[in-house]
Amino acid sequence: MAQSAEHVLDHLELFRGPEYQQMLANKKTFENSRDPAEVERIKEWTKTPEYREKNFAREALAVNPAKACQPLGAVFASVGFEGTLPFVHGSQGCVAYYRSHLSRHFKEPSSCVSSSMTEDAAVFGGLNNMIDGLANSYNMYKPKMIAVSTTCMAEVIGDDLNAFIKTSKEKGSVPAEFDVPFAHTPAFVGSHVTGYDNALKGVLEHFWDGKAGTAPKLERKPNESINIIGGFDGYTVGNLREIKRILALMGIQYTILADNSDVFDTPTDGDFRMYDGGTTLEDAANAVHAKATISMQQWCTEKTLPLVSEHGQDVVSFNYPVGVSATDDLLLALSRISGKQVPEQLARERGRLVDAIADSSAHIHGKKFAIYGDPDLCYGLAAFLLELGAEPTHVLSTNGNKAWQDKMQALFASSPFGHACQSYPGRDLWHMRSLLFTEPVDLLIGNTYGKYLERDTGTPLIRIGFPVFDRHHHHRSPVWGYQGGLNVLVKILDKIFDEIDRKTNVLGKTDYSFDIIR
Amino acid sequence: MSLASTQSIAEIRARNKELIEEVLKVYPEKTAKRRAKHLNVHQAGKSDCGVKSNIKSIPGVMTIRGCAYAGSKGVVWGPIKDMVHISHGPVGCGQYSWGSRRNYYVGTTGIDSFVTLQFTSDFQEKDIVFGGDKKLVKVLDEIQELFPLNNGITIQSECPIGLIGDDIEAVSRAKSKEYGGKTIVPVRCEGFRGVSQSLGHHIANDAVRDWIFDKFEPDGKPKFESTPYDVAIIGDYNIGGDAWSSRILLEEMGLRVIAQWSGDGSLAELEATPKAKLNILHCYRSMNYISRHMEEKFGIPWCEYNFFGPSKIAVSLRKIAGYFDDKIKEGAERVIEKYQPLVSAVIARYRPRLEGKTVMLYVGGLRPRHVIGAYEDLGMEVVGTGYEFGHNDDYQRTAQHYVKDSTLIYDDVNGYEFERFVEKLQPDLVGSGIKEKYVFQKMGIPFRQMHSWDYSGPYHGYDGFAIFARDMDMAVNSPIWKKMKAPWKEASKSKLLAAE
Repeated sequence: MAQSAEHVLDHLELFRGPEYQQMLANKKTFENSRDPAEVERIKEWTKTPEYREKNFAREALAVNPAKACQPLGAVFASVGFEGTLPFVHGSQGCVAYYRSHLSRHFKEPSSCVSSSMTEDAAVFGGLNNMIDGLANSYNMYKPKMIAVSTTCMAEVIGDDLNAFIKTSKEKGSVPAEFDVPFAHTPAFVGSHVTGYDNALKGVLEHFWDGKAGTAPKLERKPNESINIIGGFDGYTVGNLREIKRILALMGIQYTILADNSDVFDTPTDGDFRMYDGGTTLEDAANAVHAKATISMQQWCTEKTLPLVSEHGQDVVSFNYPVGVSATDDLLLALSRISGKQVPEQLARERGRLVDAIADSSAHIHGKKFAIYGDPDLCYGLAAFLLELGAEPTHVLSTNGNKAWQDKMQALFASSPFGHACQSYPGRDLWHMRSLLFTEPVDLLIGNTYGKYLERDTGTPLIRIGFPVFDRHHHHRSPVWGYQGGLNVLVKILDKIFDEIDRKTNVLGKTDYSFDIIR
Repeated sequence: MSLASTQSIAEIRARNKELIEEVLKVYPEKTAKRRAKHLNVHQAGKSDCGVKSNIKSIPGVMTIRGCAYAGSKGVVWGPIKDMVHISHGPVGCGQYSWGSRRNYYVGTTGIDSFVTLQFTSDFQEKDIVFGGDKKLVKVLDEIQELFPLNNGITIQSECPIGLIGDDIEAVSRAKSKEYGGKTIVPVRCEGFRGVSQSLGHHIANDAVRDWIFDKFEPDGKPKFESTPYDVAIIGDYNIGGDAWSSRILLEEMGLRVIAQWSGDGSLAELEATPKAKLNILHCYRSMNYISRHMEEKFGIPWCEYNFFGPSKIAVSLRKIAGYFDDKIKEGAERVIEKYQPLVSAVIARYRPRLEGKTVMLYVGGLRPRHVIGAYEDLGMEVVGTGYEFGHNDDYQRTAQHYVKDSTLIYDDVNGYEFERFVEKLQPDLVGSGIKEKYVFQKMGIPFRQMHSWDYSGPYHGYDGFAIFARDMDMAVNSPIWKKMKAPWKEASKSKLLAAE
């Protein structure tokens, strides 16, 4: 018997015991298993250029796509406002999925309700679900605001949120003056970054443009404040706090729009805080008066920034600023817009990052990387790799488009390290698998799902992205700014050194290179 | 000391009733009326728990339930390893259910096994407008070309498929014919159907019946020689290897497991099941339908079993053996005896650390009742339980075989109610899912995910019981719970700031 009370074996070891191995062998006889030689042949075939060609000829099937659907992004943005309950109009199963997905990444509670639409709503529309749902949410969870978005179901049957919310208010579900911004977020258009954009735009439109016809539109009275939008970001906790620190150091007055950095990082002290932190509703409204709005992620704010711009503000967007130059650009923009100097402390931090890169770049220089993830994340990481003298050889974004591809290619063209690099919009991780087999690279950067690629292709995975389910607490540290650049550098180096150690640790055989000094 | 042991049954009942009244106060009148039917205090001797179940969730509350797609793809079909399961519709559903249930399997992933791959038709707006059948045809062709060793394909419908009226059955038939009779199963498990994932289980069972069994000739030659001891494991999804730690016991007692549904399952095993002499059913809720069907159509008896904790394991092994001859009956006794030293050692080690601790459960499937015995084996007491998607027959089984008098019962409990109940009862442990986990941990209450064993497992069988005991100890007795309050702050009871 393998198991014992003194040393309890769990699945990692238990099933390796001879009894279980015998049992699994017995089971195989009932499985109609394929001939092992045939499995081997097909496995090898999937590594070939021929397979790659067929794989890239795919027109309809997606295998392991690196994107999620709009409503997830809408929920992520909505919880960034003070006391706000995200309300998803559609089938309840979707909400169970969004909550699970966010909880698995952040290891935090994720609060969100749905209007629980079923067959009858599919036939007659979901108005009654909205009327009852808003009343229930309002009474139970005492939110300051309910931010409504949709699922594919509500979109296919064509429910009109504006009219539904209006009717619900007339029926007394929530008080007439209660804030219920909304956004249509069909799951069959765009991805979670589109949903983030739509939801954020919905909130700003609500406050700035007359609260769905119930209040006068706000008239912009320009002030000195700067709005910051983080975008959909698995590192929102570390990144937004880092941005706040930088802004405080520079003495800039600011408003973070959709600040979900606290709600995804609540303390364990005996109290469950369903709502924590967030942009106050007053600040969300007053954000219209800001001098400028800075988006940290261009493709997360494609609709929001034009809305802001229409209200007379300057808008600037970045592409997930990682590393020296990207942070320089951010600080220069902040300085230009605010008229404030970049303080010496940040210059020192910059110098420390440059120092760290100078100390370590020998280990990264010329290394080939594959990256996948959201469009801005891919861009930011690729730019940093070029700065390190590495080659971001394959950069793949399932939710990237032609404009993203053009911008990526322009980035590659700007560096001697980018000449052999390619970007792949609209492709998935099964495409990436072919790329890694036919044009191998040294390292892979992406989210947790990349572990299957690491296993299949032997390419070491550095986990940066969303979701990261199988490593803990990375989201608490920033990726942006000089400090964030240092974190990313360390992550890359740790993986490189671990790999070197792993390859050199055979006693009496390879350990001549098992060095104490790296 | 546990709350329960200091109070009489009458006091506990009165307290629980009061608690229910209290949570109902927050609702608008209409909602309070509806929810009142789902909350109760169990009374010994009653035939069920006295709650309504399998009824639509109320809009706007934080129900923990999933949808029919989750029931079909996430639970029943997804773990069939040698078939490709297409999440047919927009990208999200497949993405969120990707690899999240830890249905362990052995196979060459991406070549002859596909459980941890996410196949989707990734619907775009044009597919909604013009219909998705043409795209589905192409998806099937591409799967055939790129994954030639798949043994079959299922089409798991997401919400839009039913709404736009796609004819996935016609596509399945045509393509199956074209591929020389390949098994292609369309499953109408759109998320808006029914009231929870439960209907998805039923729909998935019906699809096995209609698209696998109905193709199958019961008198046809089996691929193996039958024995009088052939059984099928039904409704064990092999979370963390559960079905393996169960299967090993059945084989040790002399039975031969010819099929395992559906964790580490394969199409050939599904097809072989009508040859079994007995179907042994673990998750009654998700697979009673197909078990009943096999009983009616093929005359195969089925029996429920419970492999959580040594008391229930022994009862179950004897019950299963009761369907067979003395050889198997002796085998059951031999197995029980063989593992007795392990059981005694586990209990000796962990029971003193867990004795008298109270537990509140809220899970799906069979677990709100089946794990109670395992907790009791460790001296723990379940003071509240409820089902995400149970039906009345689940509550009957719970009342008749599992819960004690005055246990708080909550059907389709929502976040608000559950948090209030826990806040008031202050149990030593909560067992529920990922969405609840961090809420209760923030309140300083130890928690185990009882859907996924919190990334641990197996929990089934004797080997699993050792892990279960260790896990409960590590949760309840983790030193971190004593560090919750800053030393300069006064100790107070856990509370919710959410709904103040």
